[in-house]
Amino acid sequence: MEAVKEHKKQTPKPKGEVVINIKGLKKSFGKKIVLTDITLDVHKGENVVILGKSGTGKSVTIECIVGLLKPDGGTLKVFNDEVADMSDDKLKQLRMKIGFLFQSGALYDSMTVRENLEFPLTRVLKMKDQQEIDERVNEVLEGVGLVDAVDKLPADLSGGMRKRIGLARTLIIKPEIMLYDEPTTGLDPITSREISELILNMQKKYKTTSVIITHDMECARITADRVLVMNEGKFIAEGSFDSLHKSNNEIVRSFFKDIS
Amino acid sequence: MAVQEQELTGWKKWLAGIGDQCVFFSRFFRNIFAGGFEWSEFVRQCYEIGYKSMMLVGITSFIMGAVLILQLRPSFVKFGEENMLPTSLTVALIREIGPVITALICAGKIASSIGAELGSMKVTEQIDAMEVSGANPVQYLVVTRIIAVTLMVPLLTVIGDLIGLMGGFLALNFTDSISFYLYFHKCIASIDFTDFLPAFVKTIFFGFAIGFVGCYKGFNSNKGTASVGVAANSAVVTASLWIFVIDAFCVQITSLLFYK
Repeated sequence: MEAVKEHKKQTPKPKGEVVINIKGLKKSFGKKIVLTDITLDVHKGENVVILGKSGTGKSVTIECIVGLLKPDGGTLKVFNDEVADMSDDKLKQLRMKIGFLFQSGALYDSMTVRENLEFPLTRVLKMKDQQEIDERVNEVLEGVGLVDAVDKLPADLSGGMRKRIGLARTLIIKPEIMLYDEPTTGLDPITSREISELILNMQKKYKTTSVIITHDMECARITADRVLVMNEGKFIAEGSFDSLHKSNNEIVRSFFKDIS
Repeated sequence: MAVQEQELTGWKKWLAGIGDQCVFFSRFFRNIFAGGFEWSEFVRQCYEIGYKSMMLVGITSFIMGAVLILQLRPSFVKFGEENMLPTSLTVALIREIGPVITALICAGKIASSIGAELGSMKVTEQIDAMEVSGANPVQYLVVTRIIAVTLMVPLLTVIGDLIGLMGGFLALNFTDSISFYLYFHKCIASIDFTDFLPAFVKTIFFGFAIGFVGCYKGFNSNKGTASVGVAANSAVVTASLWIFVIDAFCVQITSLLFYK
């Protein structure tokens, strides 16, 4: 935790209200303890990047935020409401305010891109006006630069295109919070950079609050207002990208060793 | 979800499995009446499940009808009762062989395909993506499939029975000469309401079991590509077993009600 103290001094003062408030979050799967003690405040309009080795509990943390997993202990409030205590209806309402971009893009592979994008509009927002639906679809496709792919099936798209469409599908319901689960994993460096810049542009355009989980230091550098490093189920360091770059903590340094 | 996250063994695991199935059943049942029935997906599933299984069911039933006649004929000839062949075939096909063979074929084709499709959606996080978007995956994926299978299996059985009788007619004409009219007159005269109705009703249960098991296995498969195969295989084995259990149960009830 020395690194935390060291870098907290250099962390820019957060602005805006707290939209995600996590205190002492714990989560185990059987005998395997994944999250030991997670404490985190995410402020409105902020881009928080969580770095960490595979299996340290980064994805579990954001799955708890969206209510896919139930924590074993601690508190987790989103928009001041405890997620674990929410009824199904309230959880559904909350999820309409949160966009979740999965590592794989998680496009529905039996549907075309258009059907993928229409799905949350017709099922979640219950939109019926086809003209309004088409406008929204075109707007997000223009945003991710893939208007021509509208009638393609996910199988016909490259990895980068799938990520872009996945991003478009999450943004189409105009969420207030975006959770990104390793958005650049498996992509070449050029496409990774494009996706990272797209995340930043979309965040500016839609004014979302973002939590980004990544191993990709370039993605972290481009997108992060604040970086947290996770190890063995807890955060061991926090600060701006540049401040963590100068960290003395060995684990933190290992992430930055290839960065000049 | 909490049950699945724990590592259970032995009878606790078995009991947890029963509990999970009860929860899954109640989710399915609640969602039937929750409103917003997915008609377009339901029609697509009827086409995928019903129409696309028709050829397989037809060929199998045709061969089954022909083989039954060829196998029964020597014994009937020995007793000088070959004129009873259409009657025996009809009773055997309508009461037992038609429903069970059709259901087993559907278990092999439909339960495995539903298990694999939903299992693959689970592995590629498509089901999670639906859930976190605020859409209802049970309503879209499970309710439509279970109801489609429950309706299609009885229809396929009726079609299979008719095609099986045609197979019997052809096989009978290899050795004996019987007119189409006389053959079907004998077939229809040999069955009544108590032959057809119980058999038809049990195919509804067969269809439900196939759809439910396929959906449950796929929806609750583990993460990892091997789980898709496990879900498909387990769906076929469990659905086939359930078909025999339901058959034994239905035959007992039918015997008590109609054949005292």
